[in-house]
Amino acid sequence: MNDTPASPKKGLSRRGLLSLAGAGVVGAGLGAGASYAVAAAAPGHSGAAASYPFFGEHQSGITTPAQDRLHFAAFDVDDISRDELAELLADWSYAASRMTSGLGAGGYGPASGPYDSPPDDTGEALDLPPSGLTITFGLGPSLFDDRFGLAGKRPAALIDLPHFPGDALIDALVGGDLCIQACSDDPQIAVHAIRNLSRIAFGRASIRWSQLGFGRTSSTTRAQTTPRNLFGFKDGTANMRAEDTDQVNSAIWAHSSEGPGWMAGGSYLVARKIRMTIETWDRSSLREQERVIGRTKGEGAPLSGGSEFTEPDFALAGRGDAPLIDPASHVKLAHPTNNDGASMLRRGYNFVDGNDDLGRLNAGLFFISFQRDPQTQYVPVQLSLAKNDAMNEYVRHVGSGIFAVPPGAREGSFVGAGLFG
Amino acid sequence: MTQPAATTTPERRSVQRPIRAALGLVTGVVALLALSGCVPNNPTTEGDATATLALTVDSSADSCTVSAAEAPSGSLAFTITNSGDQVTEFYLLADDGLRIVGEVENIGPGITRDLVVQAKPGDYYTVCKPGMIGDGIGRTAFTVTDSGADLADSGDDAEAAAAAATNYVAYVKDQIEALVPATTAFLDAYRAGDDDTARSLYALTRASYERIEPVAESFGDLDPKIDFREADVEEGTEWTGWHRIEKDLWPPAAEDNNGEAYVPLTAAERAYFSDLLQADTGALNDAVHEADYTVSIDAISNGAIGLLDEVASGKITGEEEIWSHTDLWDFQANLEGARVAFEGVRDIVEPKDPELVAQIDEEFTALQSELAAYGSLDAGFVSYTELTTEQVKDLANGVNALSEPLSKLTAVLVG
Repeated sequence: MNDTPASPKKGLSRRGLLSLAGAGVVGAGLGAGASYAVAAAAPGHSGAAASYPFFGEHQSGITTPAQDRLHFAAFDVDDISRDELAELLADWSYAASRMTSGLGAGGYGPASGPYDSPPDDTGEALDLPPSGLTITFGLGPSLFDDRFGLAGKRPAALIDLPHFPGDALIDALVGGDLCIQACSDDPQIAVHAIRNLSRIAFGRASIRWSQLGFGRTSSTTRAQTTPRNLFGFKDGTANMRAEDTDQVNSAIWAHSSEGPGWMAGGSYLVARKIRMTIETWDRSSLREQERVIGRTKGEGAPLSGGSEFTEPDFALAGRGDAPLIDPASHVKLAHPTNNDGASMLRRGYNFVDGNDDLGRLNAGLFFISFQRDPQTQYVPVQLSLAKNDAMNEYVRHVGSGIFAVPPGAREGSFVGAGLFG
Repeated sequence: MTQPAATTTPERRSVQRPIRAALGLVTGVVALLALSGCVPNNPTTEGDATATLALTVDSSADSCTVSAAEAPSGSLAFTITNSGDQVTEFYLLADDGLRIVGEVENIGPGITRDLVVQAKPGDYYTVCKPGMIGDGIGRTAFTVTDSGADLADSGDDAEAAAAAATNYVAYVKDQIEALVPATTAFLDAYRAGDDDTARSLYALTRASYERIEPVAESFGDLDPKIDFREADVEEGTEWTGWHRIEKDLWPPAAEDNNGEAYVPLTAAERAYFSDLLQADTGALNDAVHEADYTVSIDAISNGAIGLLDEVASGKITGEEEIWSHTDLWDFQANLEGARVAFEGVRDIVEPKDPELVAQIDEEFTALQSELAAYGSLDAGFVSYTELTTEQVKDLANGVNALSEPLSKLTAVLVG
């Protein structure tokens, strides 16, 4: 560990490839940890001091209790070699392992190191706790073209998403060779992660599109209350929870029996940027709003009765023998019982990207789901929604991406290492 | 497209305030309806006009318990909780025990919903109907005392509603009867390869459809065949209708066509798509001429709202006519259709809320004159692509200004 960080990229790479040890140890060795408010909080703490381990069987940021903030970025890889791509992923894992522990992205930290060298961390996370930061890496379909000799390695489950009826995708918000999902309870921590990882990638990969999210729209553990989306309704009531171990194992994690071994324990991420036409939504009647969703606006109970977590009764009829829950309602069309049991772990966020040219809020839901097989879990549900959902009048899918999310890395290795074996 | 609501019960989240109304502070309400439930007037002027007395109703398997047996006249909000295990309904009946003053239907077990009514002094009954059959249970006398609130009489709503429906159905038939031969003329030119004529007829012919678009959309299987845009179509499903032909008449450059050179339709394909559009338009014509075809009163007002939503989400953004850029024709037709729907219910709404009617009138006129700066159906409009961002934003502002008051129309109408 006697390399000098005067050349951050090179230094990081060497460390990244050779000694991806516990971040706290590396940080202490380089004397950087001390400048952080929390050098390495114990994993599992709740609140601002919460920190989740970067290394492990699965990547964090999937079944991790959904944090409040998101910064997601999709990257295009530059014209680099296969080895350089591996090096980039290693450097990312190294920096991610440090930042999720509350340390700086590089060994020195933002306020240390050679005085004539730029700091190896940008500094805005200084004095802030880890705030539950997780950094999750994904690999897009385009990474498996002929540039890096990976064409034969593309997992069958990493499909190209079909055109869904009503799609209004904007080219600049679609695809990507790589993605990073950074989640935290502090927006500055999430942004800090993407900013530093993007900086580390300069010359090797650049951001293609990115998204800030400010309010989680799903719960991923039983302890979390159900949040609301920008339609003002509770979202993700029926979401899968980390505690549902059997379901998580069967619905989220890829198995070696059905795909490449290097993806076992990984998952597949679908991201959709869904613009909401909230101006027309806001002037629709409460009757229309509840009909579209299929739940009450206040409690979130299905219109067939009960309370939030009561199972919807799609057969229960009201006046004129019409079902209380409209067959075109979102809750009906998205429900596993109407999709051959298909379910997924949703982990989306609200967004408002300022306004458009017409003075309307550029607002919506940044949908993220994790599933073992997008072809049988995401695609049929979205197809059913795109064709029939009463909500379609108020939403428009403008961005889209699908990524293979490799399993977690062992200490000393990096996320995606299995791809290069 | 906003689908017409299935029923006509006024339900709205009310701002439940302390029992100020009980002290007789419901004043300044210009015109409120006596014998049917309706939501409070536009609350922008008199603060106390919307002061609402909150009452609770517990509808169980064998009882219908209202929190009070008496209330002062004015705005009453009954919050009904279904504590039973069947779907229930709640009614406020007039003194004859028959006439419905206000009702809430389809309350699932455990669900809570509001009924807001403007109640005149008099004798009423409250009753719940768990299971939705029979005469209901827990029928109880309910007295509304005179608070001094100024609650005006209204005319005979039922008769007026029937007349409005008759008139609107006649309008719908009229539009589609005009659409059928105009479509034929357009398709004749298109089939014959007379593209100039077809292009000149395209937008004007579509106007008849756009005026009554929510009606066409109420026949769920026809609108997708007639009016789907390319992006609306599912992979593997055939794209037909107006916009299929539009693309052929205004063929896109490759860069606007996913990078692929556009392949013009052959004469046989032209005939094929023309025949389909003609047949589907005929089917629409048949559907509205069915003997039992009618529209509910709230479908008319919701149709007006829906037409403006169409403008806001499709036309104002230039997405409806991406090849011909004739979005302003559609805009004009949507606006005309919305105006007709609004005029059709005006006489029912005006006594209940003259301010709302005046505001909608004003905004219709303003938006129409703004749009007229860009042309007319007769003389033609400028292409959407010629509008500056600022001009589009001004039009969008006008649409919002009209849509906000228009969104209150149904609640007053059915109230």
